[in-house]
Amino acid sequence: MAYSDKVLDHYNNPRNVGSLDKSLTNVGTGIVGAPECGDVMKLQVFVNEETGIIEDAKFKTFGCGSAIASSSLATEWLKGKSVDDALSIKNTDIVNELSLPPVKIHCSVLAEDAIKAAINDYKKKQTPQPEAAAQKA
Amino acid sequence: MDPRVLNAMLPYFSENFGNAASRNHAFGWRAEEAVEKARKQIADLIGANPREIVLTSGATESNNLAIKGVAEMYAERGNHIITAATEHKAVLDTTKRLEKEGCRITYLPVRQDGLIDLDMLQDAITDKTILISLMYANNEIGVIQPLREVGKLAREKGILLHTDATQAVGKIPVSVIEDNIDLMSLTAHKMYGPKGVGALYVRRKNPRVQITAQMDGGGHERGMRSGTLNVPGIVGFGEAAAICRQEMAEESRRLRYLRDKLKDKLLGDLDEVFINGSLEHRLPHNLNISFAYVEGESLLMGINDIAVSSGSACTSATIEPSYVLKALGAGDDLAHSSIRFGIGRFNTEEEIDYTGEKVVQVVRKLRELSPLYEMVKEGVDLSKVQWTAH
Repeated sequence: MAYSDKVLDHYNNPRNVGSLDKSLTNVGTGIVGAPECGDVMKLQVFVNEETGIIEDAKFKTFGCGSAIASSSLATEWLKGKSVDDALSIKNTDIVNELSLPPVKIHCSVLAEDAIKAAINDYKKKQTPQPEAAAQKA
Repeated sequence: MDPRVLNAMLPYFSENFGNAASRNHAFGWRAEEAVEKARKQIADLIGANPREIVLTSGATESNNLAIKGVAEMYAERGNHIITAATEHKAVLDTTKRLEKEGCRITYLPVRQDGLIDLDMLQDAITDKTILISLMYANNEIGVIQPLREVGKLAREKGILLHTDATQAVGKIPVSVIEDNIDLMSLTAHKMYGPKGVGALYVRRKNPRVQITAQMDGGGHERGMRSGTLNVPGIVGFGEAAAICRQEMAEESRRLRYLRDKLKDKLLGDLDEVFINGSLEHRLPHNLNISFAYVEGESLLMGINDIAVSSGSACTSATIEPSYVLKALGAGDDLAHSSIRFGIGRFNTEEEIDYTGEKVVQVVRKLRELSPLYEMVKEGVDLSKVQWTAH
């Protein structure tokens, strides 16, 4: 299969590879996929709690070149976005940007899922846990 | 293809263009003579008589002809066939077809080393068993099945033995006499011959094996395979077989040396690397390795100047890991992480050294990228993680 130039570029020079401290309350972590399916993505966002802006994003991906490129692209797009704007990133945007063929669309879906999982994790950390709230009351 | 093979073939496209079945002019005689010479070269490579060689379009056709031909011819004697889970699709899809038509098929599992268990084979035999079809060496993991023991058992029980020897013939010594093989599928392009030519060995005595033709027509190949012969292709097949017979011993030593050098490099420089299938009972040129926590297709992408195959068929639209590796019990995750290296006649030691360096470098880079490798290094047990299957 021929890869698009943009997929090759992300594969050869992946952006924002790495990990953030997942114990921080302003770091959201999303891990999606499964090893037996051949794809696992870990995507993390570092959010400025005052402004709600994503100041940093990191990823690690086990998967094909298109999966690596999709998650690498996602971290680029996340940086500088507000948490709510981040949720507006759609898998079709990734498909278009990377010219993914039909058999690789699931890679973009996985990247969108990873974004959502990371943002949800951040939001969950920001809302007081029900148990904690109950204890206070 | 070997250039010597091409040279042998060329005249049969131009000055010697006759049809081997044309008995009444010199062009036909010359073509027939060339085909008979090739038939003998092929027979000599496997210890057969030239009259036992039925020329076909390749191993897929040979497998179909052997298995369907026996099932039809011996239908009155029984309807049970034994084969193995790791066979080539040309065998498995053929037996699946026969299952629909009323045959009973046993698919033997394989052990973790990729070999069948002889006791399980013995237990699978019934009084209705007419055929055992077991590949000589596997196309993905290169493991060599115990054909000699299977041949002895089949002969004792009066059951025919077919083997798809596509991968083995020309690479290791194969003798239809010593292994008691009754039917054997071969192909030219796996021994540096042209594509689209193959053969089926059909034993003529002790016992005389009969098969029902699967292609009706002019009665070529003693009625077993009708169709005008591909004379240049067959000449190339014969030449390729003759070269293998002459050079096999030295070539296999060289390939084994290169294969082992590559294996030692990869196992020495990287952790969590696993060889799929028996290393002892294995073709000299094959290496099938799983690089844990690295996905096969992404690894292929990083070494795209080297022609290798991913054990997982991700490159096709199915995204299914190899059924052969799954049969070894490798687990889908390791099956997704496997690469098959096939070292050939024209590979140099420099190329092998380059491949080793490049693979190590790319695996290290991809592990830096791999969340699984990171988790394992942090002490996470991946089998206990709740994954979101998709």
